[in-house]
Amino acid sequence: MSITLIVFLPLLAAIIAGLGNRIIGNVPAKLVTTAALFVACGLSWPIFLGFLSGSSTEYVVPVLSWLRSGDLQFDWALRVDTLTAVMLVVVTSVSALVHLYSWGYMDEDPDQPRFFAYLSLFTFAMLMLVTADNLVQMFFGWEGVGLASYLLIGFWFRKPSANAAAIKAFVVNRVGDLGFMMGIFGTFLVFGTVSIPAILEAAPGMQGATIGFLGNRFDLMTVLCLLLFVGAMGKSAQLGLHTWLPDAMEGPTPVSALIHAATMVTAGVFMVCRLSPMFETSPTALTVVTVVGACTALFAATVGLVQTDIKRVIAYSTCSQLGYMFFAAGVGAYGAAMFHLFTHAFFKALLFLGAGSVIHAMHHEQDMRYYGGLRKHIPLTFWAMMAGTLAITGVGIVGVAGFAGFYSKDGIIEAAFASGTQVGQFAFTIGVFAALLTSFYSWRLIFLTFFGTPRWIESEHIQHSVHKTPAQAGADTTGGYHPHESPLPMLIPLGVLTVGAVAAGFVFHHAFIDAEHGAAFWNGSLFFNAHLMHEMHEVPLWVKLASTVAMLIGLLTAILMYLVNASLPAKLASALSPLYQFFLNKWYFDELYNHIFVKPSFALGRFFWKVGDEGTINRFGPDGAAVLVTSGSRVAMKLQSGFLYSYALVMLLGLVAALTWLMVR
Amino acid sequence: MNELGFPILSLMLAVPMAAAVACLFVSANAARWIALLATLVDLALGIVLWMNFDIGGAQWQFVEKAALFDRFSWALGIDGIALMLIMLSVFLMPICIGASWEAIQTRVGEYMAAFLLMEVLMIGVFAAQDIYLFYIFFEAGLIPMYLIIGIWGGANRIYASYKFFLYTLLGSVLMLIAMFWMVNEAGTSDIPTLMAYDFPVEAQAWLWLAFFASFAVKMPMWPVHTWLPDAHVQAPTAGSVILAGVLLKMGGYGFIRFSLPMFPAASVDYLWLVFALSMVAVVYTSLIALVQSDMKKLIAYSSVAHMAIVTVGLFAFNRQGLEGALVVMLSHGLVSGALFLCVGVIYDRLHTREIDRYGGLSINMPRYALLFLLFTMASIGLPGTSGFVGEFLSLVGVYEVSSWAAIVCTTGIILGAAYMLYLYRRVAYGVIKSDDVAAMPDLNKREIALLLPIALVVLWMGVYPESFMAPMRKDVGALEARLASVKPAGDAQVKMGKAPALTPAAHAEEGHH
Repeated sequence: MSITLIVFLPLLAAIIAGLGNRIIGNVPAKLVTTAALFVACGLSWPIFLGFLSGSSTEYVVPVLSWLRSGDLQFDWALRVDTLTAVMLVVVTSVSALVHLYSWGYMDEDPDQPRFFAYLSLFTFAMLMLVTADNLVQMFFGWEGVGLASYLLIGFWFRKPSANAAAIKAFVVNRVGDLGFMMGIFGTFLVFGTVSIPAILEAAPGMQGATIGFLGNRFDLMTVLCLLLFVGAMGKSAQLGLHTWLPDAMEGPTPVSALIHAATMVTAGVFMVCRLSPMFETSPTALTVVTVVGACTALFAATVGLVQTDIKRVIAYSTCSQLGYMFFAAGVGAYGAAMFHLFTHAFFKALLFLGAGSVIHAMHHEQDMRYYGGLRKHIPLTFWAMMAGTLAITGVGIVGVAGFAGFYSKDGIIEAAFASGTQVGQFAFTIGVFAALLTSFYSWRLIFLTFFGTPRWIESEHIQHSVHKTPAQAGADTTGGYHPHESPLPMLIPLGVLTVGAVAAGFVFHHAFIDAEHGAAFWNGSLFFNAHLMHEMHEVPLWVKLASTVAMLIGLLTAILMYLVNASLPAKLASALSPLYQFFLNKWYFDELYNHIFVKPSFALGRFFWKVGDEGTINRFGPDGAAVLVTSGSRVAMKLQSGFLYSYALVMLLGLVAALTWLMVR
Repeated sequence: MNELGFPILSLMLAVPMAAAVACLFVSANAARWIALLATLVDLALGIVLWMNFDIGGAQWQFVEKAALFDRFSWALGIDGIALMLIMLSVFLMPICIGASWEAIQTRVGEYMAAFLLMEVLMIGVFAAQDIYLFYIFFEAGLIPMYLIIGIWGGANRIYASYKFFLYTLLGSVLMLIAMFWMVNEAGTSDIPTLMAYDFPVEAQAWLWLAFFASFAVKMPMWPVHTWLPDAHVQAPTAGSVILAGVLLKMGGYGFIRFSLPMFPAASVDYLWLVFALSMVAVVYTSLIALVQSDMKKLIAYSSVAHMAIVTVGLFAFNRQGLEGALVVMLSHGLVSGALFLCVGVIYDRLHTREIDRYGGLSINMPRYALLFLLFTMASIGLPGTSGFVGEFLSLVGVYEVSSWAAIVCTTGIILGAAYMLYLYRRVAYGVIKSDDVAAMPDLNKREIALLLPIALVVLWMGVYPESFMAPMRKDVGALEARLASVKPAGDAQVKMGKAPALTPAAHAEEGHH
């Protein structure tokens, strides 16, 4: 079966490259992993096309039995249906391209085999996640990608900031996993199985049931769905558990593109879609999903407005787009959520790889304040980034055609409106407003980076490169630095993804979100509300135009502030100083968490250790006993000589007593 | 005579015993080889035992019995649970000998003899079928451990061994008294018979507490855990491995063999106590582990947290909880043993356990960093490693009883990740801060030979735990049946809504009786 090859080839390659690179050498290690991914990708597209044409049906390939404990039984198995097929092409395509890109980007790194091994290991775990037939295997993949993410964020392990970010990512995700695990426990308790199809089949029958949880009674399905959703929030960096994602940008840029934009962070969305028939049984849970998604979309967009690190802008953008996907799922438009996941994977990977190309050209400088005027120096990167930006901002003409985001993001906004619920209206309003912000920060990135005059000499990285200080450079703000376009291995992925960003929406929107085609395409692999999808296409014209108008406002504002009058941003920042600071400091989440979780944990740990263990238990326990038994200087001597013998004596006496008693009785 | 036609269990006791005696009279190098050979022979015998164990057959296999006097007899025999714990012991022993190969240079013969005696007593504990025989092995096991810490231990070894002794003393005396009473009451010292004997309910409470005093210390449970960090810190590497790997399992084994089957009514009455202590332990010791600056102390505290998952799983009274607890015991035996070996590897090079002295070991010790990472992840309970299987099952079982207990104990996965990754970061990541760290060579062949087998078993148990769970299934079933009548109702109490009840609901109801 090709699915077995798709999943296990990356694992095999990771093992060969990771453990054998000293024997086979660097280039073969890179070759093995990259080749494995291209083969996996080549095998995935036919599977996807099979489902697209409607000629394939779902199947499960058993691999090995895993665990048997009473009723709790589950296996290693690979499930393939439409939902899996969509994820297969996303994961293998982006991964293959990122492998290729890394040949160029990581060219000077001494630890390349390790990097490629981690990338392939990640791909394996992600594939296990999307092919899971039971919740525990999904959790395996979930944790596996978490491990790979940890290793790759901390890839440059000599940097303290990278290590801190890696640990933060793992631990914050574990908070989400607490919910995921509790959700699995509860699901098993209620349904007696962890098999996903069996749970989804039985879920509607449990609607309205109640469960005792933490001392109170709640609606059963709401509890289970919300617990699982906490897991999704962690992995997909939703508001509250999002703090790790921006820090994850410490990892090499190809990693950000693959893991922290296109694939791993969408696992939460995938999980909600995979379990959509379950979520449909709890309106409360869906409301929560919608509200959390909408709030994240807005929150992350506001923070993205003011960041100066090019990767952080894109990271917050990712966080915001994931919010869109969640509120799409929350209003019942799972097809639209998956569609945005699909198109987002291409254009966001493109934006990250483009940013990587800029960083590569700018001697590792990531601060946009020191860019400017790059469009003539790295034109190919510029056009790729333009395509990505046109896609994410949703440029298009209603009723004619548009870039990828025009179909997927606007589809989500329309679906929220069409749902007709109050929370749907809320999501719609926020969605449109966040679209404005999205447009603004995306164009801001383009204008700061590629337009205007060069501000390169301000950058320390550039100063190191040209051996000049700004004063020495004088009027030449380039400092004499010459950015170079990236090598071919980096440009090919940009080209391929550009095609995806331009065309993915136009080509696939019928299959993913059309009322009729969609039902046939998804074929029961997620809860497809054909009625809602129909309504979505029938919304009033002003609704359809709303997001386009919002996009144009954002674009015009960005033009005004960064092309026409470059002094405006600074003026605005000082005029709205409190708000600016609030956004710049990411709503102070990190500071808050540091004060209420991190510091108290360490303080409590020290307290339990010094006051609990040493000050109380030991003092009144063994140490106290020692003082009672002996005193002063005799303690040490007593201890050295006496205790083993007294111990043996007590034991022997006991035994003698026992035996005597037995015999005498 | 048993299935094999020769008394294999007695032989497994006799081989290390004879070798222990021999070690006392030969040169250091000869003692090393004798010890290695003897432990490998025992490992081979263990494999024979496992291969010939009839899964699903009689509960007690390889039974041998020789009456000594009155009711006291040399009675040995194993069920699946004992089999797996014996396997754990014989698997770790050659590794311990290997770990001491170069690290121990004084009184080598006595050292090896102590370890071999230790092996005799460990196997004896798991194989004993007579309650007094069990007691002798159980308590005598402390003597070689006491010697190992007290003679070959670190600077503060006397304090540690004293504490170790004091804690264990109280428990063992109470347990012995309870044993007298029980044998008198039931008229036999045969453990299998006692396991099926229904002690008067009012007496069970006292008996349970007496045994609890001993097992809680051995486990160790909060708040009688403070001997463990000191013992670990002072013990030589191999001592820590065997302490964490096998000795800590004796408490859990005691609960499974005695407390639960012999006093089911009392066990359920004291469920709140075990749950409360375990919940406190998970949070309390995990937080303490977070602030440790001594590697061994950190891992010792993490052991207390892991052992709390065992106790809470055992007292969930259901199959997932029991099997999960057993797998945690096996997994923790391997993983914490391996982590102590990892500490030993760098201790041998730099002679300090101070975490801050290290850093950047990924640079000059990549093989070491990889294996250490694997064991770190197994300790965190990453799926695919043995740590996950046990922890997951155990917590599934706990959730069926109490959602509060489950959520509190599951926070262990967050805190565990925090302290272990923080440790790993400080040891393996960052830059190399000093020349002596930079000069540390990567793992040599001997060290790889010690760590690699454990790594493979950890992965095996994570991917295909069936190999390890199948022999224990029937025994867990018997225990579950024994506990069925007292099994507590969970707090979930699923009630159907207006929608018509379908088949899955039937299961949910059935789960609670």
